[in-house]
Amino acid sequence: MMTRHFILAALATSAAMALPGSATAQNFAITNAHILTPGPVGEIENGTILVRDGKIVAAGRSVAVPAGTNTVDAKGQIVTPGLFAVNTALGLVEVNSVDATIDGRTRNSRISAAFDVQYGLNPASVLIPAARLGGVTRAVVMPDYDDGNKEREAPFAGMGAVISLGHESAMLYRPGIGMVLELGEDGAARLGGSRAAQFVQLRQIFASLKVQWLPDNDLGLSEADHNALLPVVTGKMPLVVIVHRAADIRQVLALAKEYPLKLILSGAEEAWQVAPEIAAMKVPVLLNPTSNIPSSFEQIGASLRNATMLKAAGVEIAISGNDAGHRVRDMRYNAGIAVSRGLPMAAAIEAITLAPARIFGLADKVGSIEPGKQADLVIWDGDPLEALTEPVAIYIDGKDQPMQSRGTLLSDRYKNPG
Amino acid sequence: MIKAIRVSAAIAVLGAIATAPAALGAPALQVQASDVATSSPFPSTYRPHDDVDTAITNATILTATGVRIDNGTILMAKGRIVAVGKDVMVPSKARVIDGTGKWVTPGIIDSHSHLGVFPAPGVDGHADGNENIDPYTAHVWAEHSVWPQDPVFTKARAGGVTSLLVLPGSANLFGGRGVSLKNVPAVTVQQMKFPGAPYSLKMACGENPKGRYGSRGRAPATRMGNVAGFRRSWIDAAEYARKWDAYDRKRAKGEAAEAPKRDLGMETLAGVLKGEILVQNHCYRADEMALMVDVGHEFGYRTTAFHHAVEAFKIADLLAEQGTCVATWATRWGFKMEAFDAIEENAAILASRGVCVAIHSDEQRLIQRLNVESAVALAAGRRAGIDIPQEEAIKWITINAAKIMGIADQTGSLEPGKMADVVLWSHNPFSVYSVAEKVFIDGALVHDTANPASIYRSDFELGQKVGVE
Repeated sequence: MMTRHFILAALATSAAMALPGSATAQNFAITNAHILTPGPVGEIENGTILVRDGKIVAAGRSVAVPAGTNTVDAKGQIVTPGLFAVNTALGLVEVNSVDATIDGRTRNSRISAAFDVQYGLNPASVLIPAARLGGVTRAVVMPDYDDGNKEREAPFAGMGAVISLGHESAMLYRPGIGMVLELGEDGAARLGGSRAAQFVQLRQIFASLKVQWLPDNDLGLSEADHNALLPVVTGKMPLVVIVHRAADIRQVLALAKEYPLKLILSGAEEAWQVAPEIAAMKVPVLLNPTSNIPSSFEQIGASLRNATMLKAAGVEIAISGNDAGHRVRDMRYNAGIAVSRGLPMAAAIEAITLAPARIFGLADKVGSIEPGKQADLVIWDGDPLEALTEPVAIYIDGKDQPMQSRGTLLSDRYKNPG
Repeated sequence: MIKAIRVSAAIAVLGAIATAPAALGAPALQVQASDVATSSPFPSTYRPHDDVDTAITNATILTATGVRIDNGTILMAKGRIVAVGKDVMVPSKARVIDGTGKWVTPGIIDSHSHLGVFPAPGVDGHADGNENIDPYTAHVWAEHSVWPQDPVFTKARAGGVTSLLVLPGSANLFGGRGVSLKNVPAVTVQQMKFPGAPYSLKMACGENPKGRYGSRGRAPATRMGNVAGFRRSWIDAAEYARKWDAYDRKRAKGEAAEAPKRDLGMETLAGVLKGEILVQNHCYRADEMALMVDVGHEFGYRTTAFHHAVEAFKIADLLAEQGTCVATWATRWGFKMEAFDAIEENAAILASRGVCVAIHSDEQRLIQRLNVESAVALAAGRRAGIDIPQEEAIKWITINAAKIMGIADQTGSLEPGKMADVVLWSHNPFSVYSVAEKVFIDGALVHDTANPASIYRSDFELGQKVGVE
């Protein structure tokens, strides 16, 4: 009995891999599309998207499709830009409890700011197709802290990267997109247990960057870390600060007035309490709108309306999934849940597409359906924020992606009585 | 003395093992509200909150009996459901809520929660869910750890949750007794205890017990060590049950007899053998669940539900045949080896093969959105060619969870005579946009988005700048 299942699964696999166009059709048009995108194209109920060499060349109501172009009839279904995930560890983790599969953190005390996720990426990760089936086409991959080495006083987790989730295409899309720093309870715990110590240390480190690195510097900063921080303190590389408490957010904003930091807040459960100050400094926020549990004393104010209130105050927001790896695909439901608590629909779509692209400096390449951008497109069988909806086709750089993951293969093997 | 659990049924079952093992099926399947609960030394003092008789009219109603009623009315009086249907006479004195464009479901039930035992904030002083210094802790009871001021109870209520099974954690082979609660604001756990609900025993297979204890140089260190630990304990429990049964028989005949010494852990295990205490077994892998089914056969107990059970889809027919339910997720996977094969389609495959399946939370955020989690499972099923109607899927978070908790005769579906545990939703409950606008427990309006000032804040939250929902 099981043998039959094996054969069926194998046939299904080869059929999916052999789909015409899975590697070739980077020139095509999607017709009869209900286009839903941030940016100038906006919402068009009966539109056409023309793709050439993996890029969008035209999108709108009356787009001329050259003779001989392959067309995909979207049958009036919604087409959005591919989703752009933030705060992920895609490619850096396979099984959370298996340390050997985790490359997003180090116990090496000489590598903090210099830690660079781009060298640890695993394109063969089974998490990639799982996230892609949720419509995710690009993702920010961030480093994390390893608290296994108690001697390690590591202020910075290191540098993140943006990846493409394209099947059999180059994974690394843009390295060095941000430096990660955690403040608050966990950040302070790594630096002697007090926020008051952490902010003093940060100012010392930033001050030390103005002079040549010295091997015997009393901050314990390695040369690699020193050099990695230079673009941060001059505002060339964003500083992504994981922070929760309103008071801590105020402290970070104050630091950003002393140095020309390009600040991005992450987590930020109590950000709604200081929304006008964040908006005034044009600091964007990466958040999970469903993070409403007062799970620590620095998140007493956690609220399901955080996203809504920040957006209303004029803060740019990007919405994440429910963990950094396996549940990245939940990001679109989280955007929908924010809508249930008052976030405008257009803002929710933007928070999972164009806003994260803009926050990480890639808005000229991806994040919306717009001529000149990469053809990262998803056709959905319903409202893309609904959990009841699934993608029916996914394109990355114009390439048709396999609608398959290890999970769907397991389902195919066992779903019928055998 | 508190009445010890009577054990004659356990003896009967064990006797049967010796003579006719092949005939050993499941013992008493449907545990009704038993005298175990009423004889508890910690009896429920739950009283329904006061409220007026209420009708919700013109709503789309999912009854969790497999029926969808369009433009329907539900009438609640004196804490009970009086009528559900298209043509319901509404008494003039009843409060009438216009449900036009809205949806009504039974109160949501979470069959696997740790609210109160792992409350927020998650500080060491609050970590009361795992007595993880010994793998055999059948003697501990979750209700002795529940902190009724856990602010997450309110958040779960805002997600429509009216009843929940609070279990001890999964570090131990026998984690202890779980308790069914009504999700009402309360000062004591007794005020939340679901009246008449049977107790549950929490068991755990797999990585958690073997990892917790093996890493400390003691048993169990392997999966075979786990199973050996279970079997030895059931042998001890059977022996304990025999001693009490012999004592009871002597007493019944008027003979002099000395009562054996009570053992709290053995009382719980003997209660399982008697069929009075339900078995909730945390178990991820299909192969392990199949082994645990056989352990149940060997000792004469039936597993009420496998929890998490992410590979249940691989043994759907076995579970259907055993009448064992599954409480699982849709979105969680890959966090450890035994969760690597978790798929979103699990619930739909199980439902299509006749298994009683529930979507559970085990988590503080997910408990607020069991409806959305179910929608993920529905969509994954559809993708796999298994189209489960919504009027069936609503059972995953209502009546099937109630079955797992042994309270399905009281709540979990919208039927006359049952407790008026009801949710009025702003949209289709499987929509991410849906908000539980009004939540009723025993007919009392306990959550009302139209009246934010009435929403309960726990003592812990007072005087703090808490978030709004």
